[in-house]
Amino acid sequence: MHHVVLDRWSRGESALHRRDARAKTIAVLVFLIVLATARRSFLTLSACYLGILVAVIIAAGLPLMGVLKRAAVVLPFTAVFAAISLAAGEPMRAAALVGKSYLSALAVLILVSSTPLPQLLGGLERMGVPRYLLMVAQFLYRYLFVISEEAQHMRAALQAKSGSLRNNLRNREKFGAPAGVLSVLFARSYAHAEGVHQAMQARGFRGHFLTLSGRSFARADAVFVAAALILIVGTRAVVEVLV
Amino acid sequence: MPRLFRSCYCRNGLGMHIPDGFLSTPVWATLDVTAAPVVGYLARRAQRGIEPSKVPLLGVMGAFVFAAQMINFPVGPGTSGHLVGAALLAYTLGPAAAGVVLTAILAVQALVFQDGGILAMGANVINMAVAGMLAGYLPYSIWGAGRWRRQAIFLGGFLSLMTSALLALSELLLSGVAMPAAVLRISVGLFAVSAVLEGAITLAIMQALETINPEFVRQPRAEGGRVLGWIGGAAVLLAVAGVAVASAYPDGIQSLADATGIASQAKALMRAPLADYQLGMLHSVFLRKAGAGLAGLGLIFGACMLCGKLLARQRGA
Amino acid sequence: MQPLVDVRDLHYRYDDGTVALDGVDFQLFPGETVAVFGANGSGKTTFALHLNGLLMGEGSVTVCGMPVRHDTLAQVRQKVGLVFQDSDNQLFMPTALEDVAFGPLNLGLDREAAQTRARESLAAVGMAHASAKAPYHLSAGEKKRVAIAGILAMSPEILVLDEPTTFLDPPGQNALLELLDQLPQAKILVTHDVDCARALASRAIFFDKGKIAGEGPVEEVVARFHWDRIALSRTASSRR
Repeated sequence: MHHVVLDRWSRGESALHRRDARAKTIAVLVFLIVLATARRSFLTLSACYLGILVAVIIAAGLPLMGVLKRAAVVLPFTAVFAAISLAAGEPMRAAALVGKSYLSALAVLILVSSTPLPQLLGGLERMGVPRYLLMVAQFLYRYLFVISEEAQHMRAALQAKSGSLRNNLRNREKFGAPAGVLSVLFARSYAHAEGVHQAMQARGFRGHFLTLSGRSFARADAVFVAAALILIVGTRAVVEVLV
Repeated sequence: MPRLFRSCYCRNGLGMHIPDGFLSTPVWATLDVTAAPVVGYLARRAQRGIEPSKVPLLGVMGAFVFAAQMINFPVGPGTSGHLVGAALLAYTLGPAAAGVVLTAILAVQALVFQDGGILAMGANVINMAVAGMLAGYLPYSIWGAGRWRRQAIFLGGFLSLMTSALLALSELLLSGVAMPAAVLRISVGLFAVSAVLEGAITLAIMQALETINPEFVRQPRAEGGRVLGWIGGAAVLLAVAGVAVASAYPDGIQSLADATGIASQAKALMRAPLADYQLGMLHSVFLRKAGAGLAGLGLIFGACMLCGKLLARQRGA
Repeated sequence: MQPLVDVRDLHYRYDDGTVALDGVDFQLFPGETVAVFGANGSGKTTFALHLNGLLMGEGSVTVCGMPVRHDTLAQVRQKVGLVFQDSDNQLFMPTALEDVAFGPLNLGLDREAAQTRARESLAAVGMAHASAKAPYHLSAGEKKRVAIAGILAMSPEILVLDEPTTFLDPPGQNALLELLDQLPQAKILVTHDVDCARALASRAIFFDKGKIAGEGPVEEVVARFHWDRIALSRTASSRR
């Protein structure tokens, strides 16, 4: 499953992995905003930024081709609109679409590949995002694999039984089998949720979550943020002046 | 064509996730600023009540929606659809909790699967987790308890997808993304097909759920969900009115800006993307009007959400 | 000797009216390991859920001298550690360490102390190396151990385990039995696994339709209720 790969990458040991999640999040947000607002000399700027991101990927010990490929997931959607812009005689807009969407996706991917998701969510909480929402996301992530696995089993069973369904049944009946499967999956998910809730209560849960992680912002993290800011903004300033 | 459409538009369910790089700065910034308090409000509402902590339930149901994408509903030769789930979540968890789950889903999709941008998250959340979900909940909250229950559920599924898709398209148009008449028509047409499918799938699952355990499905009009339902309804009505009005007055956005006395800078910001867009390759008068209308829809919707919030607070719901 | 757990005339009825427990009397003494047998639906798990107050029926349940009531739930749940059948439901935090620390944190320990306690518990079950691992990277046996560590971290006096050997392969089962054998707490094993009961339990009780239909030494109960696996006879001629 996709997120298992990401999970593995995120547990690396490089200097980037060791930075506080908040520092990395701030750096990525700044990058996204600087990139989104860029208008001039875009081709050169994209090339520079791509180079920087590639260097970061290598420095973090992440598989370069794997990361570049995974970020390309955004390209099919973008390609459609880029092609339309090209056809409409707006090549710069097409380039901007491709460049901005790909580089943005790449930057976010680097963030998530160098920070285990629970730590990332913890950083977001300390930056003001409602804890309730983040805990829901954390539980979602935790049980994603469990429920997906059950869905896979049920899908296999459904496929095994549906060889002749296509031809002989009308649409309404054809919907009955997958709808039944999903209702059972729903019920199982509900049962899981109840089990989790019981397990939480059995260990003294009193209604609000208390977290272990309390890493403080180290000097290295502050240095990282400053360096990132200078690099990101500086690159754009230099490119826009020189090119 | 349907498969290509699905791969481009709807890879991971929930309809159109807008990546970063598409929306213009005023659009994504405004939507981020709008989405934040709305999400905060939904989170607070979802937490309320004497029920035990629903965090595990919401999390697991989010995982369910992800996993549900794997189950295919046969539609025609070589084509199949899958559940998107905004309406279903609203019917089973209530609108506030559904909004929180959908937001969490969007966050995980953006972060873990690179499906949807980060700066664009506000837009995606408004389109799918808030507006789309509420528009889907509305028919259920009005007709869900009576003779037309099944039709209401179908309509809800349809509206949830249609609303989020139209809002996304309008945001793209407002940002100046090139979309010739043909593409727009095809997109809207294909979204309509997906929306019909979502209605049918949602209905089928609701019926199956009621067989297993009727308590899985919420009673419509419970605990102030009605207010949220009416907000959704007002939004849809205003959207329709907005498109109609804006198509009659294509310069509506401009007059709105003049009338409300927005500073000239802001006016320029608003006009610029639209100007680019008009200078672009759109030749069809209808499309220009529709585009402005859809943009108007977005603005009107924002105002609507605000009013709805105030209303809800007044009623103490 | 004072019983650690004292259940008198326990009745429990589900919302739809089904009677799950129909007058149960039971006592658990220090150092004992009791196996709980019974058909599916006979009330074994429902009974187990009463021991830490997850369910509350009519009758009395007393744990370490405390009656199980709404105001004593926190203390009861510290004394009685319940290990659920589905380890995935039990390990709900992102890493093993965080999960094991969940109990101590909710007991009121500060972060440092909770983390230390968690590490000690993981070491006690032989899972110290897995503290930073996510639950889905663990095998079924490892998950079960971490679940037990999560309970041990709360310093309970009684362990209640619901079908602990399900999902485990034979080596996993053996490792679990060895671990449980070393733990000093009194234990209640709700199980279908007769061999597990034979290895660990000093006595057994048998549930039938919400009542305890029999109790005594494990072998005796197994024989009386025909709870052992039957030996199928195979002859060469009839199978070929």
